[in-house]
Formats: sequence, C-alpha cells, structure tokens
Amino acid sequence: MSEETVNPPVTTEKLNPRLESYKQFWRRFFKNKAAVTGGVLILLIILMAFIGPWILTTFTDYRPNATDLGNKLQGPSAAHWFGTDSYGRDIFTRVIFGTRLTLYVGFFSVFIGGVVGVIFGIVSGYYGGRVDTIIMRLMDVLLAFPGILLALAIVAVLGGSLTNVIIAVGIFSVPAFARVVRGSTLSVRKLEYIDAVRALGASDFRIIFKHILPNILSPIIVQASLRIATAILTGAGLAFLGLGAQPPAPEWGAMLNEGRQYMYEAGHVALFPGLMIVLVVLAFNIFGDGIRDALDPKMRN
Amino acid sequence: MSVPEIILEVKNLKTSFATDSGEVRAVDGVSFKLPKGQTIGIVGESGSGKSITSLSILRLLASNGKIKEGEVLYKGQDLLKFSEDQMRKLRGNEISMIFQEPMTSLNPVYTVGQQIGEALMLHQNMSKKEAHIRSVELLKLVGIPSPDKRVKNYPFELSGGMRQRVMIAMSLACDPEILIADEPTTALDVTIQAQILELIKELQDRLGMSVVFITHDLGVVAETCDYVAVMYAGQVVEYADIRSLFHYPKLPYTIGLLKSLPRHDIEQDKLEPIKGNVPSPHDMPVGCRFSPRCPAATDLCRAKMPQLETDEKGNQVRCWIYSEEWDGESEVNIYGETRIAKSRGTETVLPD
Repeated sequence: MSEETVNPPVTTEKLNPRLESYKQFWRRFFKNKAAVTGGVLILLIILMAFIGPWILTTFTDYRPNATDLGNKLQGPSAAHWFGTDSYGRDIFTRVIFGTRLTLYVGFFSVFIGGVVGVIFGIVSGYYGGRVDTIIMRLMDVLLAFPGILLALAIVAVLGGSLTNVIIAVGIFSVPAFARVVRGSTLSVRKLEYIDAVRALGASDFRIIFKHILPNILSPIIVQASLRIATAILTGAGLAFLGLGAQPPAPEWGAMLNEGRQYMYEAGHVALFPGLMIVLVVLAFNIFGDGIRDALDPKMRN
Repeated sequence: MSVPEIILEVKNLKTSFATDSGEVRAVDGVSFKLPKGQTIGIVGESGSGKSITSLSILRLLASNGKIKEGEVLYKGQDLLKFSEDQMRKLRGNEISMIFQEPMTSLNPVYTVGQQIGEALMLHQNMSKKEAHIRSVELLKLVGIPSPDKRVKNYPFELSGGMRQRVMIAMSLACDPEILIADEPTTALDVTIQAQILELIKELQDRLGMSVVFITHDLGVVAETCDYVAVMYAGQVVEYADIRSLFHYPKLPYTIGLLKSLPRHDIEQDKLEPIKGNVPSPHDMPVGCRFSPRCPAATDLCRAKMPQLETDEKGNQVRCWIYSEEWDGESEVNIYGETRIAKSRGTETVLPD
C-alpha cells in the first residue's frame, strides 16, 4: 500500500462543513416567511425588554408604578398610548416593564426544565431497564396532571413569587424534554459509533455527554423554542390567578387580571397586556416551528 | 515449531441472551487459542455466534446478554473477572475492535482527527495537540493520502473504504496487542476489500499485533489467517491451522462450506450447497447441531453431542467420525470427499 494508488474521490478543499451545514440551516429557515417574522418579533421583544425600561426612565417621566388617581381608566391617548388602569398607571409603561418579567419566566423555566429533562431523558434512554421504567413512570405521573394545575399546586406549596413560578413551570416542562430526549437517545444509542467508542474504552459518562448529547441537540433546541411559548403562557396564567408575580409588579398576566374587573367600562386595561401575551406566544410558536422545519426537513409535510 | 506464547485463549465460553421468548444461547461452548503475532479467523454463517464471541471477549454485550460460563484468558488473566474499570482501561488500549459498518461506525458530529484523538487522550493522557499530531501519523500509517487535510474532515466527507481506514487508525491508536476485526470488509466492494485486508496484514507485521478476524468469507480467511475456528450454531466445530483446514478439512460442515465456494482452479459445473438451514437457537437438535443437514449423520450423531477432539497437530474437530465411538462406515463419503473414520483403521492421507 506504499504506492499512491489509493485515492478515492474525496471532496477536497471545501469550506468547514460545520459552517456549511449552519448556512444550509439558515437558508432553509429564511425561506419560511412566518418563522422569520416570528424570529424578528422575538428579537424586537427582547430588545424592548432590555432597553425599553431604560429609555422610559432616562428620557421620560413615565414610571410603571406611578399612580395618578385623577387619571384612572383613561382610554388610549397621546399621553397614554395604551390608556391608564384603575390606579391611573400608564399601561404602555407597565407593558414595557413587564416584558422583562415575561421573558424571564419563559427562558429560565425552560432552562431549568430543559436541563433536568435532558438529564432524565438521556439517562433513561441510555441505561434502559429499571432506571428507564422508574424515570419514565415518574414523568408519566407529571404528565397526567394538566400543566397549569400542576404548576398551580407547586406554587401553592412553595408560595407565590416570580421565582417559584419559574420553578413550577420548569418542573412541568421536565417530562416533555425527558420524553423527546429519551426517544432520540434510544435511536442514537443503537448506532454503531456508540459501540465503537465503547470498544475504545470510553466511560458511560463520556459516551452520554460527548457522543450522544451532540447528536440529539436539534430535537432539544426545537423543544426548547416551542416550550418557551407554553412556559410564558403558564406563567401569565399563574399570575392571572394571583399566584405569580405579586402586585404591583407589572406582570402581563396580573395586569390582565386587574383589567378583568373593568372589562365593560375600560376594555383596554385588559386588552393590551392580553395582546402582548398573544403576540409573544405566537412569535415563539411560529419561530419554533420554523426551527424544527429547518433542522429536520424530512419532518415537514 | 517452537511453542509461541498464547496471547488470548478462550475456554468454553457460553453467552446467552434473555429474550421475551426465553433464553437464547448465542454462544455455547467456544474455545480457541490465539498465539502472539498470529491471526485467527472465526468463520461461520450468519447467526452462528461469531460477533457475539468477539463482543464477549471485550465484554461489550447488550444489557440483556450475559456470559454464563467460561474463561477469556488474556496474557493469562481472566478478563471475565476484571472490574468494569479495568475493562475500560483495556478496551481500545490493549484489545481494540473494528466494526463491520464503516458508514455508521464514526460519530457524524466530530472530525476524523477528534475521534482518533479520543482514544489517545483517554488512555495515554495526551494533550489535544499531541493527539492531533499522532492522528495525522496514524492516518498516514493506514494509507490515507494528505492526512494533514483529511484529519479535519467529517466522516460524511469520506468514502466507505476511507472510513474503514479511519476506523483502523482509531483502533490502532494505542498500539493494541490484539485487534478484533468484526467483518471489516463485508460492507466494502471487492477492490477496497483487498486493500483493507492487505493493510491489516501489513500493519500486523509492522506492529506485531495479534488479530482475531471474524468473517463469513472463506476467501478472506485463506488470505489472512494462520488459524481458523469454524463456528456453527454457537459452537466451535473445527479448529485448525490454515493449511490443514483448506487442504484436508475434516468436518462435514467445513467440507460443505468449501464445496459451496466457487473455485477457479478446477472445473465445476455447479456449486453444491449445504442443504437446509441453521437451526433456530430456540430449537437446537439434541445431538450434533449439524446432524439434520449432514450427509453422513448416523443415529449416534442425532442422539448425542460430540466433543471437541484434539489431534496430534493440535487441531480440533467436533465430530463423531473422528472418535472411537463412530458407528457408521469406515470410509465416509461427504460431499464427494472421502474421510476415514478413526475407529476403523488408521488415517491415511489421500492423494490429491
């Protein structure tokens, strides 16, 4: 084999293939107009959450909790774009300040649920047998509760606060992640390269985190992006029920609840935070769908 | 011939799998010896337990598989008594394995270099940089052109033959004593097959490895092996050095296998197949497992399982014909070849 006879066609001097596949992913993603709209909306919302409050406090006199009882329940006007609530607080200002809380709930609860769920799922799928049975039945128990009810129970036990809402929503995201990850792990575990690295003397820990996890990232990413929408909705739902962020925090769900009492005489109090919830949830949903389609074109019908 | 050091000896290995329909004894009493620096071929049809034997040696069975009995002696130590931790240090370092499917045996998300480097970092505490340099050397060793570029490739950018070379490089990374090659050429086309076989042989000479070669291809065996263990239905049925096996196979099954191969040195009108199928592991014959298909089978064969008998050359055969108890003709005709039974008269070498 010393001669240079062996030279089967190998794709030569191409760009970094990983970069190539990223590019392909983005190409597919950008073809999906709805997903791009969702992505742009999310970017705008994040931007709003980060610099909105800063702009308002630096350049204007609007404060989220400044009451002005003389001006309560005013409709939208030049001074109050979204009107005022029952304490005369500017709803637009409150909505802007609330964005941060909403995203906070969405991202952190999914992060917690994702980390725990991925560990459960991957361990369950990799080891199988009794470990799998125990973990997955536990997940089934969690899944058996309607999501909001479970979160409600957890918050009721822990007490109502934003942190506890995040924990509760996180816990109720765990089974969704665990299931998806378990399924993907099962299919990856059977592949020969896992046997091959085992035959090279790799430990279970190494196989799980270095060889299986990178191969199941795409379903995790998709799940996370779709899950954020659910988490935000649940967080707002808990706040609406008075169990989330406590007043006077400008949480959208809580604002919706306040506006509920004035639905007939001043519908805008509930309308604007409600619209914002719809907008954010919609944005994350279509964005998540777009990511799924772009990551796995075969799943598209 | 001086007695070479035996580096690997498998004694009466029995491996079963727990399945829904009961226990399946995939490997049922496998024994063979591998002298240092030599190659043993394990040959058999699909389902004869070849791969399970190799996986049992490294203790890499699926969770429902269990080694029931036997010993796997590596340099005199029984691997079956090793702790999982000791095994892990051994795998890839002293005994390594190449798999059948080069297309799926590499992790798609890492470059070739990262994967070769993994074993080096794992077993030899090399730094990333050292591992990278060594990976390039290894790729060069296995005959991959411009290795410094290929080392940065992902598996999907390489052809099947190239990937198998990468697999070989991976398994050779830590200079193993034994290389287990589980049908390394089955998935490749014939020209590439020859190259890979050549490569393994050349590397074996250069590095002084011992090789366990698992295959169903007798042609491959003839080309590469020093010893052959023929497996049938979970058992070793004939163990012989390569010359004896091809020139004077003893066992009816082996004779049948060789007869069913196309040959270019003699005139053949048609190939003679072995009739019937491998018995299902749920429904093994009581006696010799080949007896339902054997043209020379007698009542004794069907009633009682023969044991592995060792002859003066150290070759072994599991067949009643070569035992004292043989109850059939003294000259047995098997697929057109004549074998002299042991109990009647002395063995004579047939003229070719």
